[in-house]
Amino acid sequence: MSYRLYGFVTQPFRVDLRMEEIKLETVTSVGKVDSSFLEEATKKSGEDLSLCYQCLKCTAGCPTAPYMDIRPNNIIRMIQMGMKREVLGSSAIWLCVSCETCGTRCPNKIDIGVLMDALREMAIKEGVPAREKNIHLLHEAFVQSIRRGGRVHEATMLIDYKLRSKDFMTDLIPGMMLFLKGKIPLLPSFIKGREEIKRIFERCTKEK
Amino acid sequence: MRFSFFPGCTDHSTSLEYGLSTHAVFKTLGVELVEIEDWNCCGAAATHSINHLLSLCLPARNISKAQSSQAGPLVVPCAGCFNMLKRTEHVLKNDEAERKEIEEIVGFTYQPSLEILALMDVILNRIGLEKVQEKVKKPLKGLKLACYYGCALVRHPKITQLDDPENPQYLDRLMKSLGAEPVEWSYKIDCCGADLALTYGEVVKKLVGRIVSMAKEAGAQCIVTSCGLCQANLEMRQEIGLPIFYFTELMGVAFDVEKRDGWWKKHMISPKPLLESMGLV
Amino acid sequence: MKRLGVFICHCGANIAGTVDVKSVAEKIGKTEDVAHSADYIYMCSEPGQQIIREAIRGKGLDGVVVACCSPSMHENTFRKAVKSQGMNPYLCEIANIREQCSWVHQKEKEEATRKAEEIIQATLEKVRRNDSLEAIAVAINRRVLVVGGGIAGITASLDLAEGGYEVILLEREPALGGHMAQLSRTFPDLDPAFSGLFLKASEVERHPKIHLHCYSELEDVKGYVGNFELVIRKKATSVDRGRCTGCGICIENCPVEYVSQFERGMGIRKAIDTLYPSSVPNKPVIYREHCRYFIDGSCHRCEEVCPEKAIDFKQEDERISEKVGAVVVATGYELYPKEQLGEYGYGEIPDVIDGLGFERMLSPNGPTKGKIIRPSDGKVPKEMVFIQCVASRDPDRYMPYCSRICCMVTAKHAKIYKEQVPDGQPYIFYMDIRSDCKGYEEFLQKTIEEKRLLYLRGRVSRVFQDDGRVRVLGVDTLTGKMVEVAADMVVLATAIVPSNGVKDLAAKLRATVDRHGFLTEAHIKLYPVESSTKGIYLAGCGQSPKDISDTVSQASATASKIQALLSTDKLLQDPLIAFVDEEICSGCGICVEICPYEAREMDPHRGISMVHSALCQGCGACIASCPNNACELRNGSASQVLRMVDTFVS
Repeated sequence: MSYRLYGFVTQPFRVDLRMEEIKLETVTSVGKVDSSFLEEATKKSGEDLSLCYQCLKCTAGCPTAPYMDIRPNNIIRMIQMGMKREVLGSSAIWLCVSCETCGTRCPNKIDIGVLMDALREMAIKEGVPAREKNIHLLHEAFVQSIRRGGRVHEATMLIDYKLRSKDFMTDLIPGMMLFLKGKIPLLPSFIKGREEIKRIFERCTKEK
Repeated sequence: MRFSFFPGCTDHSTSLEYGLSTHAVFKTLGVELVEIEDWNCCGAAATHSINHLLSLCLPARNISKAQSSQAGPLVVPCAGCFNMLKRTEHVLKNDEAERKEIEEIVGFTYQPSLEILALMDVILNRIGLEKVQEKVKKPLKGLKLACYYGCALVRHPKITQLDDPENPQYLDRLMKSLGAEPVEWSYKIDCCGADLALTYGEVVKKLVGRIVSMAKEAGAQCIVTSCGLCQANLEMRQEIGLPIFYFTELMGVAFDVEKRDGWWKKHMISPKPLLESMGLV
Repeated sequence: MKRLGVFICHCGANIAGTVDVKSVAEKIGKTEDVAHSADYIYMCSEPGQQIIREAIRGKGLDGVVVACCSPSMHENTFRKAVKSQGMNPYLCEIANIREQCSWVHQKEKEEATRKAEEIIQATLEKVRRNDSLEAIAVAINRRVLVVGGGIAGITASLDLAEGGYEVILLEREPALGGHMAQLSRTFPDLDPAFSGLFLKASEVERHPKIHLHCYSELEDVKGYVGNFELVIRKKATSVDRGRCTGCGICIENCPVEYVSQFERGMGIRKAIDTLYPSSVPNKPVIYREHCRYFIDGSCHRCEEVCPEKAIDFKQEDERISEKVGAVVVATGYELYPKEQLGEYGYGEIPDVIDGLGFERMLSPNGPTKGKIIRPSDGKVPKEMVFIQCVASRDPDRYMPYCSRICCMVTAKHAKIYKEQVPDGQPYIFYMDIRSDCKGYEEFLQKTIEEKRLLYLRGRVSRVFQDDGRVRVLGVDTLTGKMVEVAADMVVLATAIVPSNGVKDLAAKLRATVDRHGFLTEAHIKLYPVESSTKGIYLAGCGQSPKDISDTVSQASATASKIQALLSTDKLLQDPLIAFVDEEICSGCGICVEICPYEAREMDPHRGISMVHSALCQGCGACIASCPNNACELRNGSASQVLRMVDTFVS
């Protein structure tokens, strides 16, 4: 066997850059590069993003990079360039599955998985609509499920997600199979300390 | 020997057979697992995408429960839960300001002496493979399997501090001690994309397809996992019918524990034909 | 009958991988006068040489052919080996079956094997008719000429002088220092360049073994290794350097001001001036093309004010004759003129300067006293663009090579800029970063990390003046986006090119230059500081672009090589040169005209041509041109060559 090519070659990029929107008139026609985004992302993630020298180790090992609109290395680059709107509005930050392959191998110790978390949180806070709406909605449904009972209840969580996303048909069959295997209990199990959970949620969301 | 135990939500749902087999195996090994009282969801992949602080406070509550149970180190079977708890532990140990905030919100005082261990780590390094081998009644002779570690157990190594992040061996060693033959393959730490299982089925199908087909190409008859999400994902999104085991299930087979037929019924791809062909039912 | 030995080297797989060495050794061994034929994995190794030595002793050989790599690699090795057994070294010849056979015929093994055998047979023909020769001993002059008073020339001079050799150091400017005198601080330690240079230059000025000639050029060179005869032209400085104390009153009073080239067009200088403040030597010269006395006789100001009466308008150029045994060419570099760079504004945008210009700006003794300001309006630039690879690595329009220093220079510039203007934003356009020496990569990464420099990967397409700012159009390939910066100031890291006049100098020294004008070394790896002409050595950027560390290393290497050369009274030369059959020579003189080394001379008494054995390089030009066949090459006679040709064609 010689070698195999995956992703980048077999799967074309979902190029959806809307050039007119991102066109860099650019780094600076007036004033200077806006480093506030770099500072904000650095502070929020705790990662020193200025260390990146674009070796592309992160992108090379990323399982979902072939499906991202902006590759992980470019996310860092665009943060350095102050392209906040493009980064927070990208599909990439939602397609990251936090597998940490990038962070484990980065020669400059940048944990991009942690950075992606920070960027998602920033996008939510700034009210930037998630480019990957369904991923975000599923996260919300999941977290709300914990809020309700302290533990995740798959059945109600999935119904919640389906209602939010209005995507009723996808994955109906695997879900049904799980149900038939007796793996999805009908009734949620609530923990006793639901008040504690509620308080933790309130504190964590309030102080944000 | 006694450990406190965090089962995680999937213990009651999608990975029922993982829980069942874990308890059966530990009973055989004579090791007590004390489920921590009124535990809550670790927050999993969704929480840290939405709220960093919440993703630390939810596991922290479980850590506080484990501390007060005083039943020894906290053992976590699900790799995803393990990762979330370890991330929280990392922050509690290394970031004083954030630790104080978490302690205040959750209402406890962190004790760094509490160890948080993956189930596999406990079997290999606390109980020991000698003890495991003593209990083997039906060696898994001739069973070729691909040990799949996925992401959460080994990455980020500064957090999980478990095995070699690029070529882990724990599962392989455990399977060898049961008499099985782990194959050499290059996809044991590749991500299966479980996070996108419900939203990007097509992407996940490609990732899973690659892992499963590579396992088969390496000569494996099945794949062994230690993560509820990986197991479900690998089973549901593949097209070639390769059985996916939890490692505790194979320990159960080797130990010849009772009532294991119930486990196989929970699988989407029944491992029974394979086990029958190997004389292991 | 001769008793010849043939030794065939495998050169690992380099030869044996293509040529069937065993069968060749066997076949050659059957030749009538070949008493010994052997093969070995590495003939040049000690055990390999031992095989040769033992065969000479054991079989009583009187001629040896070693079939191996090019004679430029190991001819000497094997000649020494045979000499150790009492054989005349010129009875040992190399048959090149690597470069001229196995390497070029890797896909034709059978043919290559046949060719290797023929090459060896031909070489045997030569050896059969070789004479025993003795090396020619030439007396040598143990002084050294160093051309160029930059850091390379200074280092080489000091090393040689410390070794006890007399040095003549020529510098065409009025003071020592070269381009290093223009620099602010050096990477990666950020030491002030001037203080280090000043220390060394003062040492040169004081050293009893160094004869320093500033404002001087080499006018003529004759001779050969060990015996060069020079004519040096000391340009008239119009100042009696013996009397001048360097007080500077003349400079203050001189009414003529013009743009200073030393300050890269950003400062002014006087018609009587030193090269730079506190220069070494710190004595002024009158630049006659600017002086009103010399233009129309209208001004005597300096003469009037000089307290030492040191001004001498009548002074004339002086010619000095010297003799040396070796020459160091340390002529340095120039920056590619920005006036020739169309897309960077043809040098017409005042706020677009080159790297040396920026160095002057950063220097405390420079035109801005170390302050970074826009040349056009004196404001502090807040948006600063640095462009790397300007005219370097551009084979189509400019220079194909990498100028090697620009990556580090630019990082240093951006760092110093950011230290001086903390709220400024430096942008650096680059193609890739080359930081391959000790501490460089670390310097670079630390600078990027601490100073938050923005590196933009891509070449700039165009730079133009626009409403008081400099617009820079480029691309950042890392984001794939077009980039446009409205800059306050732009610094171009322009390519290093050889300094003016190197070609003429090289021609005088019979040294060669490459197509870009850089002096060529004898061998890029094995003889990197020797030129292709014996006795002429190289140091610094005249040979290739390099930074100060590399220049100093090379200059020291050159100095050690020369010390080895001059360590004896006599120099042994190869006797493989032309000789004249005095009975046939008609004295036509064609050979004298044609000899490129001035090695042929007419004997006025006998009316025939002679060979100057120390000058002859054995090139054969005279032999080919002699109408009477009166000329032959030692151990390369016509009969030998024809026999060799016969071997191939038969």
